[in-house]
Amino acid sequence: MSSEIVLDIHTSVSGLHDAHHSHDGHEHHHHETFISKYVFSMDHKMIAKQFLITGMFWAVLGGLMSVLFRLQLGYPDSTFPWLEDILGKWAKGGHITPEAYYALVTTHGTVLVFFVLTAGLSGTFANFLIPLQVGARDMASPFMNMLSFWFFFIAGIVMLSSIFVETGPFSGGWTAYPPLSALGDASPGSKTGMDLWIVSMALFVVSSLLGGLNYIATVLNMRTKGMSMTRLPLTIWALFFTAVLGVLSFPVLFSGFILLIFDRNFGTSFYLSDIFVNGAGALPNEGGSAILYQHLFWFLGHPEVYIILLPAMGMVSEILSTNSRKPIFGYMAMIGSMFAIAILAFLVWAHHMFVTGLNPFLGSIFVLLTLLIAVPSAIKVFNWLTTLWRGNIRFTPAMMFAIGFVSLFISGGLTGIWLGNSALDIHLHDTYFVIAHFHIVMGVASMFGMFAGIYHWFPKMYGRFLNNTLGYVHFWITIIGAYLIFWPMHYEGLAGMPRRYYDYSIWESFKQFGDLNRFISTVAMIVFATQILFLANFFYSIFKGRKLRSANPWGSNTLEWTTPIRPGHGNWPGEIPEVYRWAYDYGKDGHDFISQTTPVGADESVH
Amino acid sequence: MSTVTATAAPTKLWGGGKSPFNVEYGKLMMWYFLMSDAFTFGAFLISYGTIRFSSNGWPNPNEVFKSFPFAPEGVHAPLVFVSIMTFILIISSVTMVLAVHAGKQMDKNAVVRNLILTIIGGIAFLSCQAWEWNHLHSEGAWWGANPFLNADGTQSSTNFTNYFFTITGFHGFHVFSGVVINIIMLIMTLLDKFEKRGHYLMIEKAGLYWHFVDLVWVFVFTCFYLI
Repeated sequence: MSSEIVLDIHTSVSGLHDAHHSHDGHEHHHHETFISKYVFSMDHKMIAKQFLITGMFWAVLGGLMSVLFRLQLGYPDSTFPWLEDILGKWAKGGHITPEAYYALVTTHGTVLVFFVLTAGLSGTFANFLIPLQVGARDMASPFMNMLSFWFFFIAGIVMLSSIFVETGPFSGGWTAYPPLSALGDASPGSKTGMDLWIVSMALFVVSSLLGGLNYIATVLNMRTKGMSMTRLPLTIWALFFTAVLGVLSFPVLFSGFILLIFDRNFGTSFYLSDIFVNGAGALPNEGGSAILYQHLFWFLGHPEVYIILLPAMGMVSEILSTNSRKPIFGYMAMIGSMFAIAILAFLVWAHHMFVTGLNPFLGSIFVLLTLLIAVPSAIKVFNWLTTLWRGNIRFTPAMMFAIGFVSLFISGGLTGIWLGNSALDIHLHDTYFVIAHFHIVMGVASMFGMFAGIYHWFPKMYGRFLNNTLGYVHFWITIIGAYLIFWPMHYEGLAGMPRRYYDYSIWESFKQFGDLNRFISTVAMIVFATQILFLANFFYSIFKGRKLRSANPWGSNTLEWTTPIRPGHGNWPGEIPEVYRWAYDYGKDGHDFISQTTPVGADESVH
Repeated sequence: MSTVTATAAPTKLWGGGKSPFNVEYGKLMMWYFLMSDAFTFGAFLISYGTIRFSSNGWPNPNEVFKSFPFAPEGVHAPLVFVSIMTFILIISSVTMVLAVHAGKQMDKNAVVRNLILTIIGGIAFLSCQAWEWNHLHSEGAWWGANPFLNADGTQSSTNFTNYFFTITGFHGFHVFSGVVINIIMLIMTLLDKFEKRGHYLMIEKAGLYWHFVDLVWVFVFTCFYLI
């Protein structure tokens, strides 16, 4: 099936991964069928592309959903007959029904958070970059890696099928709080749609666990000779912390889901107590706690934010340094701050629950821990800015998106300091201020990190460049659009406009925002259309893009650029290169860049 | 970082080119998986604790778990049966250690013998659990149904049985998976797979899992039967 390297890694146990160095005869390729090369591939580079393209499918679907519900929010009084053509009974008379609206926002959130920004982002780049940048032939276990993708794929199929069931997909918000998610009688979407939602998410947890274990084992065990932990590119550190966060936080969500499944189907009352359902009367369930679910959910939910953000941070660090032709500023501080973020990620979950009746004293501790995150975040921001400072900046599209990431991370991060205060949160909780905050700092910023990564590593993935002009168009419309969409939402939120409402035009207090909502919706559609432009660029360039002529187009130090333009399974044709220095020797001693594989000269100082 | 050059590079533990823990990737993965699984069980047990402490009362385990198979009606043997179950599981951990040890000595016969004993221990534990579940079910206990009163005689919520069946069931599922893994290890040993590889490291990994499952039982046992 696949090449023999895979077998070699498996069987050479006592010698750990001596295989890397002793094994040179992998160049003759075994016959690869279409199935083994493109479908059930065990090559990390192909699996990364599978993650990326599946993630793109979900991004389009999730983005389209946001366009549909923005249509409702922007034009609550208008009818669009074509909506009935595509959505049927969910848009009777050309007007999205309330059930459909809630289903759309729920699925938009779930899909974007988990399928696009978790699987699509860290799935793609952890798979692609870890073996290439640490100097390994493949992941520790290519087979588990393949399973990880296919579990994700099946999770997607199940989620997709939930859109087509008669009662519709789940519609209780992406957080799936009980009792709405626990009682089928609560809403149409809480019936079959919720069953499928939870099955899909359980499969996703399995996928994330299989992937995460592999990433950790590869980073720790499979580094090439000389690649000490403090010579790793920051991308790898970021992806490593991401994997640890995932491995430790997803199981808690899994436990929460198991209890939820029992509440839904087996008559338990883990989350249920004192409930009256319209028409059904008082339920017999006693003694449970709906807040318990929130604790379990947010114990994953908050680390999840960093699972999404850290890979973007790592890639941005790498891209900023490469394109500023300067060493990254504060390499160890970058690692330290990511470590601090990873620890704090587990200690702040209750800031999502300030208004649940949480003990205010406990709340004050979570305020403190939450605001502490500002410290490592600020360290990172200043390190990025000082990396740019007096750099010889090349404004490639990847660099534009990386700088855009820093801008968005600052804008969105500052509002996080507001929301981390439990007193302010009483006013701001569940308003558009929260929507604006997390979309900028987590959603759009991480998308920017992902775009930066795609523009930067596309030549390595496909041996061709993306079109630059389209890249700049994509960048400018997206960043201006993102600010135009989410900036005004801060004002709406400060005015008290709650999230998740179907129609604001009937509220005296929020009528004033009718025009603003229409404006936001219009920009959202333009930005969405621009992403389609990017996809066109992406798929066109895979086949027709400008061909790569040299192996190292960006003049980069890291190991992936020492492979051939189109690396085979096994990455390096000969031996894996040895590493002698860190990844950030740019502009040193009169050299534009010095690859990690260059031995340190006799008179040269080590960074 | 020091000024390490290519010529004078001693193989440092974290310097790349080798595993910093001197273990193969599979064992590293197993350790991380066990950490992950510990969080799953931790979440369950903390949820259980949260609900229990927010409840007005809780049944007395000495009154609930007082039966014994084949014992005459009305016998009062609090926690005797579960103690035997626990003993069986702990003994199966001992035989697992012996199997791993034999593997290190490349002693195939001892591996086979001890693996069989471990599998028997696992199956015995599962059988005991099946009897206990069946017995509780016959008393009217199940998910969503709790026939037992609180220790102070007041009506108890169903969460006593809800958590009992969910968490011991989840643990039992782990034991079941462990038995399946051990059976696979036994078959592989009998087929000389490990002899051909020259090492029995797979059995060590299976052993890690088995010990973990035993350790979790200690916590489950404490939370449901002792406290």
